[in-house]
Amino acid sequence: MSSSSCNGSPSLNSVPTHGQPLWLLAELTYKCPLQCPYCANPLDFANRNTELTTEEWIKVFEEGRKLGAVQLGFSGGEPLVRQDLVTLISEARRLGYYTNLITSGVGLNERKVAEFRDAGLDHIQVSFQAADESVNNMLAGSQKAFNQKLKMAREVKAQGYPMVLNFVTHRHNIDQIDRIIELCIELEADYVELATCQYYGWAYENRENLLPTRAQLERAERITNEYREKLAAEGNPIKLIFVTPDYYEERPKGCMNGWGQVFLTVTPDGTALPCHSAKMLPIEFPNVRDNSLDHIWNESFGFNHFRGYEWMKEPCRSCDDKEKDFGGCRCQAYMMTGDATNADPVCSKSEHHHLITDARAEAEQPLDSSKMLYRNERNSRVFFSSSEFE
Amino acid sequence: MISNESIPTLNTMFRFQWEQAQNSYVLLYPEGMIQLNGPAGEILALVDGEKPVAGIVADLKGKFGDVDGLESDVLEFLAEAHKQRWIEISRSNVG
Ligand SMILES: C[S@@+](CC[C@H](N)C(=O)[O-])C[C@H]1O[C@@H](n2cnc3c(N)ncnc32)[C@H](O)[C@@H]1O
Ligand code: SF4
Ligand code: SF4
Repeated sequence: MSSSSCNGSPSLNSVPTHGQPLWLLAELTYKCPLQCPYCANPLDFANRNTELTTEEWIKVFEEGRKLGAVQLGFSGGEPLVRQDLVTLISEARRLGYYTNLITSGVGLNERKVAEFRDAGLDHIQVSFQAADESVNNMLAGSQKAFNQKLKMAREVKAQGYPMVLNFVTHRHNIDQIDRIIELCIELEADYVELATCQYYGWAYENRENLLPTRAQLERAERITNEYREKLAAEGNPIKLIFVTPDYYEERPKGCMNGWGQVFLTVTPDGTALPCHSAKMLPIEFPNVRDNSLDHIWNESFGFNHFRGYEWMKEPCRSCDDKEKDFGGCRCQAYMMTGDATNADPVCSKSEHHHLITDARAEAEQPLDSSKMLYRNERNSRVFFSSSEFE
Repeated sequence: MISNESIPTLNTMFRFQWEQAQNSYVLLYPEGMIQLNGPAGEILALVDGEKPVAGIVADLKGKFGDVDGLESDVLEFLAEAHKQRWIEISRSNVG
C-alpha cells in the first residue's frame, strides 16, 4: 500500500466528515512489570524509539483539548513507570480533561494515590488477571501481583475515587466469573469491566490458549445477567459491563465507533493512531513530534484512510449494515486475511468467515498444554529481529 | 420524593462542567460523558450541596423570568437526575 504525506493534497476535498477526538488515549510507556499473555500491546513493543518527554506530552494534551477531547486515559504498558505521571495528571486536569488512570496497580502505593488525587486525577481503573490468587499470579507472571492489586483497590476506594475494575476474560478464568463478580462487590467497585479478551497483539499469538468455548461464554453471560438482576433488586449501584465476544457473533463490532471518529491514541514514541492496534497496518501514521494534532486528526493520510465508505470492497460496499458496523475492525481484517480493506472475518458474509469458525472449533479441543507466550522484552525482541528483514 | 426543601448534591461519581466543544454543560464519569440539554445544564449548575430546590427555582426565575411551570419542571428533572444517580438528596432542617 502506498502512503504519502498529504499537505494540501487536493483529494482532501472529498474526505468524508468526521467528529471530534473526544477520547484521547495516552500510552505513556510500553515498560511494564507484568507479562500478561493476553496483552493487546504490539508484539514488537521493545523495538520502539524513545518515549515522548513531559513537555511533548503536555503539548499533545493542549492540542487535543483544542480539538474537543474531554476524556484522557493514561495507559501503556504500565503508566506508573513514568516518573512524571503526577505532573502529566495535573497539567491534564488544568486543561479540563476528565483524567483516567488505567493501571495494573503494580507500582502504586498509598502516597501516590493521594498525590494523584491532589493533582486532580478523577478516576482509577485497576486490572486483575483472575479472582484467584494463584491463577492471577500465574497469568501476570508475578507472585506478588494479586495481593498488591487487592491492597490498591481498597486504597483507591478509601481515598474516594470512582473505581473501575477490569478483568480480561478467557478460558482460564471465565468459569470463575461468579467469584470475579463477588470480589468486585467486596471491593466496592463502581464499574466492572468483564472484558472478553480481544485477539490483538500477544493475545492473538496466544489465541489457542485463550479463546473460550461457546458454552463457557454463554454460561458466563447468563451468570452475569443473574447478578445484574440480584444487584439491582438489592439497590446496589455497581455496574457490570460484559464486553461482547466478537468471535461468537455473526456480525462484526462497529470498531472504535468508526475509524477516526471519536478515538485518538498516541503511543509512547508519539505515533498517533485511530486505535491502539492500528500500528500493525501497512499504512504510514503521523507522529506528534512532526505534526500538530489538528493536522493529524483532520488531514493526515493515516486518519483519513478508512473514513467513509469509499475504500470498501464487496460484500461491505453494497451492504446495508455498513453504516452500523463500518465493515468491522480493519486490524482484524488485515491480521486474518492479509488485506485491511476486506470485511472483518467475524461477518458471516465474509469469504474468510471460516477463519473464525475454525478458531471456534479449535476452542472445543482440549488444550495440548502448549505453553503461553509471555509479554516481556525478551520475547518481544524475537518479533522485531525477524520483521527487520521483511 | 423531592420537595422544595430538599437539598440536592452532585454525586461524587460525576464531574460537572461547561464544555465549550459541545457548547453545553456535561457530566463526566469514568470513560464517559453525558451531554446535558440547556435547561438540565442550567439546573445542575445551581446544585451546590447547600441550596434547597426552592433556592434553585428562585435563582432560575431571577435569570430567565417567571416562566410557566418552572417549579414543576425543576422537580421533575431533579427526580430524574436522582433516579440516574447524578445527584443525591438530603432534606434541610427547615420545613
Ligand atoms: C494494555 S493495558 C495497560 C494498562 C495496565 N498495564 C493494565 O494492565 O491495567 C490497558 C487495559 O487493557 C486491558 N487489556 C489488555 N489486553 C487486552 C485484550 N487482549 N483484550 C481486552 N482487554 C485487554 C487491560 O486489562 C487493561 O485494563
Ligand atoms: S495488560 Fe498486563 S502486560 Fe499488558 S500492559 Fe497491562 S499489565 Fe502489562
Ligand atoms: S458485509 Fe461488511 S458492512 Fe455488511 S455486515 Fe458484514 S462487515 Fe458489516
